[in-house]
Amino acid sequence: MTSDSAEMNPVRDSSETARWQDYFQLMKPRVMSLVVFTGLTGLLAARAPIHPVLAAIAVLCIAIGAGASGALNMWYDADIDRQMRRTRGRPVPAGKVKGEEAASLGVVLSLLSVMFLGFAVNWLAAGLLAFTIVFYAVVYTMWLKRWTAQNIVIGGLAGALPPAIGWAAATGSAPLNAWLMVAIIFFWTPPHFWALSLYVTTDYAKAGVPMLPVVKGAKETRKQILLYSLLLIPICLSPVLTGLGGPIYLAVSGLGGLVFLLLAWRVFASKAGDAADPRVADRALYDVTEDEKAAGAKAARNLFAFSILYLFALFAALLGEAVTGVHPLELLK
Amino acid sequence: MNQPVETDAARQAAKKARDGRNLALALGLVAFVVLVFVVTLVRLGGNVAHPHV
Repeated sequence: MTSDSAEMNPVRDSSETARWQDYFQLMKPRVMSLVVFTGLTGLLAARAPIHPVLAAIAVLCIAIGAGASGALNMWYDADIDRQMRRTRGRPVPAGKVKGEEAASLGVVLSLLSVMFLGFAVNWLAAGLLAFTIVFYAVVYTMWLKRWTAQNIVIGGLAGALPPAIGWAAATGSAPLNAWLMVAIIFFWTPPHFWALSLYVTTDYAKAGVPMLPVVKGAKETRKQILLYSLLLIPICLSPVLTGLGGPIYLAVSGLGGLVFLLLAWRVFASKAGDAADPRVADRALYDVTEDEKAAGAKAARNLFAFSILYLFALFAALLGEAVTGVHPLELLK
Repeated sequence: MNQPVETDAARQAAKKARDGRNLALALGLVAFVVLVFVVTLVRLGGNVAHPHV
């Protein structure tokens, strides 16, 4: 419990005053909703017959598994979260829930979600869910995040896997098309997070998290954003070739991809993050005017916001086509 | 002598929080039992309709 909360309530500790909503917040509900959406898309895009109850159980287990990894992340990262404006209100750093309670909740829900998915649906889906939880909680949170500037690139695999889990739940297999959806999220993650990190660099530096702008600087980050965006767009178009995406998907991925590239170029051409580069003691080296600083932050914010919309639109198109029975284009067949 | 005095408001807040936690836990357990029951019916029903042997 933090000293802040101890001052507020000298008698009771956090485990007595915590509300059920505080425990729910440990599960990162907003991340959970995105995971549910991509997992459901994977499940329906497989276009395989599955009992509706089992489909609902699969999505529920994916959601609970994602929530469990969120709770484990909040337990382990409480020291970092306490130092960043964006995260200091989370239940553990705010003193609402004890760290060990967050850890216990994470372990119990992990076991429950994996075992239930295995017994109720199939063990391939359960195995992929278990891998996702371990990869996020152990490989990303405990290792990569504090160790390398490539943390969100490699760690992004955990957030990318839910469509494959959904597909495996529906079919018992994970073919190329399932992994294409994984690849879309995997290559989307770096430009998305680096755009955010360009305007919260100071927070990451203060917390000692080696995000790319902190370690390599803003200019290198802007270059990497553009390179990953150039890789992302063809990957987003590829489902049209393999019999996963139809005409609606083609239009969304093509037009959205052009906008994504334009916004990534604007970030590249801007001075986003330069003024906050923690490696430079002498700010005059960058000579960033207030106007340039504002324009750079705006470019980074625009890309960050559009990246969320783009990913949502891509998966909504796949989901919509699967539900309404729009035939995939299968251009390679 | 230096022990902090617990106020009524703090006691009430703690009780309200505890009641909320208990209710959430109870609902979660009931939902789990119902889910296991429904999944058993679905799996069992499928195997009766399409026996492996």
